[in-house]
Amino acid sequence: MSASIVLAGPAAETTRIVAFWILAIIAVGAAVGMVLARKAVHCAILLAVVMLCLAILYLMLGAPFLALVQIIVYTGAVLMLFLFVLMIVGISAADSVIETIRGQRLWATLGGIAMLVLLSLVIGHAVIGPAAPNSAKFGNANVTTLAHLIFTTYLYPFEITSALLITAAVGAMVLAHRERLKPRPTQRDLAAERIASGRPTPLPGPGTYAQHNAVDMPALLPDGTQSELSVSEVLSGRPEGARPPAALPGGSGGSAGQEAGDQ
Amino acid sequence: MVTPAHFVALSVILFVIGAVGVLVRRNAIVVFMSVELMLNAANLAFVAFARMHGGLDGQVIAFFVMVVAAAEVVVGLAILTAIFRSRRSASVDDANLMKY
Repeated sequence: MSASIVLAGPAAETTRIVAFWILAIIAVGAAVGMVLARKAVHCAILLAVVMLCLAILYLMLGAPFLALVQIIVYTGAVLMLFLFVLMIVGISAADSVIETIRGQRLWATLGGIAMLVLLSLVIGHAVIGPAAPNSAKFGNANVTTLAHLIFTTYLYPFEITSALLITAAVGAMVLAHRERLKPRPTQRDLAAERIASGRPTPLPGPGTYAQHNAVDMPALLPDGTQSELSVSEVLSGRPEGARPPAALPGGSGGSAGQEAGDQ
Repeated sequence: MVTPAHFVALSVILFVIGAVGVLVRRNAIVVFMSVELMLNAANLAFVAFARMHGGLDGQVIAFFVMVVAAAEVVVGLAILTAIFRSRRSASVDDANLMKY
């Protein structure tokens, strides 16, 4: 048998034990953090950590193909999709701490503990034997053997998978598509709207100072007050609708008019 | 000695954490992430059992689970953006129009 990814020998056994425990602790810690983190972005990053740990565990179990697919599909595609949707849906959307159902968290945690006990009992009673003797199937011949299995024994499930993927793609396009209810505004319409809004100029840029030079620093007006309009709504962290939309300050009585008056 | 039992135990723990996440969290995106965690835990069990039996059928099934999970995430997140567009919220509590 040629050299395989699966390690062998007594020293390698110690390496495997140490690697398993480090990966297991990191994976469980990241998973718990994912459930506890308030911000959805932190959850996504912690989930990426869990998935990378699982990929290395797959390698230890003699599944190099699955390990690479795990990294490419999960940490590459699925988590990027999650982050992309988070950018659309609102990065500042943190979970509220108010419980809608009374005692939901307590009962959920108790249910989780009960499930853990139940599953542990089942696994504890089951006879899980030692690993099968090492063979090329778990090393160099992994990909060819998998391909052979997929295209012979599992040919029909594989073909049906294509139907599933096409359905998912069409479904995503239908669901994410937005019907245009009004005709697309022309350049002339946009110009007329801009002149009618009372602010024909672009919005002020963020502040640039000696110490702070960032897009979340509001610019200072000549009288020393801060210009609210110079910071993007996303960055200032206010809920949408809490203030008039920046591009169209409602009439001359809006904040843009006041700022102009202050000057 | 790291046996397949170790990996199965780890997958049980990860599965339970994912289930608790589904029950506790109310941001729909995080609920989806917890579902993904549960699917991954099941995959780990599949791969561990494949190692135990010495065949690759478990790895093929894990591969199919990954494909199905990817399709599920695509459709789920599309639904989520559609809901967010009409309701301006990603919380599972706010989509209660059909509630009794």
